[in-house]
Amino acid sequence: MNAVLKVSGLNRFFGGIQAVKDVTFEVAPGELKALIGPNGAGKSTCFNMLMGQLPPSSGKVFLNGEEITGKPPRDIWRRGVGRTFQITGTYQSMTVAENVQMALMSHHRRIFAIRPYAYKLYREEAMALLEIVGMADQADRACAILAYGDLKRLELAIALANEPTLLLMDEPTAGMAPKERIRLMQLTADIVRERGVSVLFTEHDMDVVFAHAHHIMVLNRGELIAEGTATEVRNNKKVQEVYLGGGMLFNKEDTHA
Amino acid sequence: MSLKTLIAASAALLAATCSSFAADSIKIGEINHYKRLAAFAEPYKKGIELAQKEINDAGGVLDRPLEFIFRDDNGKPGDAVKIAEELMTREGAVMLTGSILSNVGLAIASLAGEKGYIYLAAEPLADALVWESGNPYTFRLRTSTYVQAALLAEEAAKTDAIRYATIAPNYAYGTAAVAAFKENLKKLKPEVEFVSEQWPALFKIDAGSEVQAIEAAKPDAIYNVTFGPDLQKFVREGSLRGLFDDRKVYGLLTGEPEYLDPLGDEAPEGWFVTGYPWYGFTEGPAKDFVDAYMAAYPDETPKIGSLVGYMTVKSIAAALKKAGSTETPALLAAFEDLKVDTPMGEIVYRGIDNQSTMGAYVGTTALKDGKGVMVDWSYKDPVPYMPSDEEIKAKRPAE
Amino acid sequence: MGLFVAQILTGLANAAALFLVASGLSLIFGVTRIVNFAHGSLYMLGAYFGITLMNTLPGAFGFWSAILLSGLIIGLIGVIIEICVLRPVYRAPELFQLVATFGVILVIQDLALMIWGAEDRLGPRAPGLKSVVRIMGEPVPQYDLALIAITPFILLGLWWLITKTRIGILVRAATQDREMVGALGVNQSWLFTGVFFLGSALAGLGGAIQLPKGGADLLMDLNIISSVFVVVVIGGMGSIPGAFVASVLISVLNVFGVAYLPQSTLVLMYVVMAVVLLLRPYGLFGREEKAGEHGQAGEPDRPIRPAGLYGRIAVAALLAVLALIPVFSGSFTQVLLTDIIIFCLFAASLQFMLSTGGLVSFGHAAYFGGGAYAAALLVSYSDTPMEIAFMFAPLAAGLLAILFGWFCIRLSGVYFAMLTLAFSQLIWSAAFQWYEVTGGDDGLVNIWPAKWLSGTNAYYYFTLIVGVGGIILLRHLTHAPIGYALRGTRDSARQAEATGINVKLIQWTAFSIAGALAGLAGGLFVFSKGSIFPNELEIAKSFDALIVVFLGGVKTLSGGVVGAGFMEVAKDWLTRLEYWRLILGLVIIGVVIIAPDGIVGTLRKVSERIGLRRTEEFMK
Ligand SMILES: Nc1ncnc2c1ncn2[C@@H]1O[C@H](COP(=O)(O)OP(=O)(O)O)[C@@H](O)[C@H]1O
Ligand SMILES: [Mg+2]
Repeated sequence: MNAVLKVSGLNRFFGGIQAVKDVTFEVAPGELKALIGPNGAGKSTCFNMLMGQLPPSSGKVFLNGEEITGKPPRDIWRRGVGRTFQITGTYQSMTVAENVQMALMSHHRRIFAIRPYAYKLYREEAMALLEIVGMADQADRACAILAYGDLKRLELAIALANEPTLLLMDEPTAGMAPKERIRLMQLTADIVRERGVSVLFTEHDMDVVFAHAHHIMVLNRGELIAEGTATEVRNNKKVQEVYLGGGMLFNKEDTHA
Repeated sequence: MSLKTLIAASAALLAATCSSFAADSIKIGEINHYKRLAAFAEPYKKGIELAQKEINDAGGVLDRPLEFIFRDDNGKPGDAVKIAEELMTREGAVMLTGSILSNVGLAIASLAGEKGYIYLAAEPLADALVWESGNPYTFRLRTSTYVQAALLAEEAAKTDAIRYATIAPNYAYGTAAVAAFKENLKKLKPEVEFVSEQWPALFKIDAGSEVQAIEAAKPDAIYNVTFGPDLQKFVREGSLRGLFDDRKVYGLLTGEPEYLDPLGDEAPEGWFVTGYPWYGFTEGPAKDFVDAYMAAYPDETPKIGSLVGYMTVKSIAAALKKAGSTETPALLAAFEDLKVDTPMGEIVYRGIDNQSTMGAYVGTTALKDGKGVMVDWSYKDPVPYMPSDEEIKAKRPAE
Repeated sequence: MGLFVAQILTGLANAAALFLVASGLSLIFGVTRIVNFAHGSLYMLGAYFGITLMNTLPGAFGFWSAILLSGLIIGLIGVIIEICVLRPVYRAPELFQLVATFGVILVIQDLALMIWGAEDRLGPRAPGLKSVVRIMGEPVPQYDLALIAITPFILLGLWWLITKTRIGILVRAATQDREMVGALGVNQSWLFTGVFFLGSALAGLGGAIQLPKGGADLLMDLNIISSVFVVVVIGGMGSIPGAFVASVLISVLNVFGVAYLPQSTLVLMYVVMAVVLLLRPYGLFGREEKAGEHGQAGEPDRPIRPAGLYGRIAVAALLAVLALIPVFSGSFTQVLLTDIIIFCLFAASLQFMLSTGGLVSFGHAAYFGGGAYAAALLVSYSDTPMEIAFMFAPLAAGLLAILFGWFCIRLSGVYFAMLTLAFSQLIWSAAFQWYEVTGGDDGLVNIWPAKWLSGTNAYYYFTLIVGVGGIILLRHLTHAPIGYALRGTRDSARQAEATGINVKLIQWTAFSIAGALAGLAGGLFVFSKGSIFPNELEIAKSFDALIVVFLGGVKTLSGGVVGAGFMEVAKDWLTRLEYWRLILGLVIIGVVIIAPDGIVGTLRKVSERIGLRRTEEFMK
């Protein structure tokens, strides 16, 4: 089986600091894979290199067998990668539906069209996507007045607009209430199942990770220290060390297991 | 006299005065940069108001009072054109005058030519107003830059200076003033050389470096066109660094009180300049004007702008009188070879290029009582210095 | 060799006043993010106060005290301006304050005229420093040497203040991160006032200290401001050492420019500025700006919708009235309306890139004037029929915008603005200096419309159709996908890039469209006036448009048009009065304080609050 995403020997330096060290992994079609690790481990930096927001210092990224290293984000997006950000970056001056329509216009290459009015273009498609994430009832509200959790769901709808084969979700549930987190992750899992999309996500909440991820990778100080199923990762010595300080991994395990 | 007749009489009188002032005044549109160039515009306006008062006190023109409508264009040609339209179409002005800046003058002149409004450009220095961009509706009062430069060139040719440096503000007037000086001087003395040409940006002179650059070229004589704040800085740095020692300097307009007065006791000595030596008049119309001006404005001394403003009104009054009407065709015909009595003597608006024969005073600068003055001055009639009629005809667009 | 040394010394001496003024502006910008146009006015006031004080206080002691006192007085005037004019509008959209400072310029100009009169004043000379010293045979004025000696002390003093004192640490913190100051528990408004005092005092000192080399006149405020901007930009906004290095660089360069390229002194500065910005986008000592630091601040723009039925009826009614104007009104009304429509189109074109795209241009006049010149040149040199020359105006302006835009879009925020300014100054100096072709300052005249358009009526209808057409086109583009994409790039460039939108391409397109439509306005302008002069390319012209967009409401769609109409009518009325600049300045300041969201923005909010207008659906 060919991997959707293949990353090999990825490095990134910021000045003297190495934020990402020799990271190599693959994401298989239809896989829901988590990348976990403490704050500052280099997860977002990894994501930024996968989608071209940052050029890697060295290493290669392949999407469906084609190399995409160093390509601008918009090219990588056109090849079928959707992304959500740790800190949302929706268009504040547009309505919820327009945010999705914007991505659809870009997907259908209608950005330079001068007719018709933008707010009418791909309205139905946008509503369908909003329906999926449960935001249809807020379609005509301005983004600027949405709750943070709603923005996160909106981002997911936007990320689905180009019918991606791979979704990169950086802390998709950050800032959400626990119940909402579970719902959003369930939704993501459903999308993976129904659409055959692969998802790579980072997450803080271990409940969420262990409940849904098919595979888990652990990043610490820029290095991948473990990879495997939930149980494998949980029993990994190195991982236990890393998380000993925070302790949350094992507390959570105790309560659930 | 019964109360009734008194009321009736006073009502009639009131009606008469009202109507005579409101309906009967002859309106002249005057557009200027009263704020942007207040230092030049204020004396000019005072000259206008003085003449206006004199004329109206003497019964006005064509038995009607003369009324100037003053409007500010902030020094913008586009705004001046708009105001000109308003003055002519809404305010009922019979003709236009005004502007100090050449570009505003040229803009109004262009409008005047297109719409058939009469425009008397009083102050603007650009000779293009009457030559390259001239049109039948535009007249110019002030002595042309070409003539003033020629007057200085004539004097310069008399000395044995060969190497000349020039300094002029970097815009159209400066360029034209240098070109005219060079042309006239070369004609009179072909062996002269121009060893340095300095072009400081208008009102942004870097005087120290200009002086160094001129000094480095070791000229025998210097031709100065800078004025206003630029002149102040140039004179100060030049005197300080000894640039003017043992060198003849020819200063265009430098002798005008607008520029000489602010220099105070630092005014340069021994420059040959064009200007306005009002303090030197002892008799005749020139002196009468100075006295009248100082009587009207006790805190002021006349500037060249005051004189130009005064002569503007006199010219317009003379044109109206000659035309016997305020209609444009009649006025236009009246301006043809119009003769006007002014403090400078009689001037004529030449039929050939609509330029007046207002002349210029030339003299040498000196210090007197801690102030710069012109001494050994004389009045020059411009006509001998103008380009020939053929040259002018070639310059003016075909009509 | 002697000459060379003397030239360097002249340059260093010239740098003194420039450095003082520029460091003040840089400080103010660094901390408050206010682009203070009125800084040149403070410099002018410093010069006038300096003269007055020097004439009262005797001797060398009096001379130097006069300089310090002028600094103090101007610092206090700066405080008054900050408290009365700027403080009420700190919460307004970023850069909005520059409108207020523009009002301040007008007020100060008239007040200075009232107080000191119109005549230029020659500065007193420094007692004891009135002659020259011979250095390697070349005369060097003593006062120049004094200035050269003083400047490093001022630099050191400022450096000490900024790096070693508590207030300085706060200033640096604020320059680097505005939120942090709030977090440090500092009273931000007093910090701002303090910085305004210091910055203004430096401008005042600059004005007073240059007196022995010049004087005071009423034009010096605007004459210095462009060089000061150049220095601040080259040095890096907010950097004091940068301001110093750049002042010296520009002054020394200027000295050699005067000596070896006397004709091109006008352009030199801007060429250097453009080159520096292209190589080091944040100036020599500047710091990269954090995204979103400029353009968009305060509350976000609201979503937009094309006008509904009522809106369209209202616009149609207005247009019908405008179309009937010639029937029931005199010809001057048409002349005035022609001017207003042209200015509205110009402002609308700027608003397209500024409001919709967040691209703040300080040099939009280049395209207005550029279009006008293009048409005028065709008419003057090839007798091109007016119709063709007219169409060439937007074309040429668009091409110019494509060219300059390619460079400008590489930068962002205030540095983008400054590069647009540099380019527009290049065009201006070309028009000004290339006498043989453009007629220089004497411009191009007799550029009148074709016969069928030459009457006031005909040209009015022509302007109405073309101008309103242009405005409607811009408005349509705002609602079209391209306009949405542009707003997207403004709201979140990262998101736009991550969803397949080429941000730079969109910005470049918007820049070009705005340029072309400014050129269209320029084409209308040149044939309505019959002439064109370099002043239509000046910085002042660019700022006219900028100011009306902010005045009308930068976060609205119709702000530019409404602001332009308001300004033209206000000017038409007020210039009839004696002290019109004072009144206009006060009117502008008044509008800014009463309507911090601009005229349209504030009317919208007020009418929603008092229930005249329903709150828009999307804001619920
Ligand atoms: N633009 C940047 N410049 C310098 N250092 C950075 C930059 N982005 C991230 N870093 C550093 O790289 C490390 C990894 O950061 P990040 O990828 O955001 O971690 P995570 O997302 O895992 O919390 C951190 O030490 C962070 O400070
Ligand atoms: Mg992260």
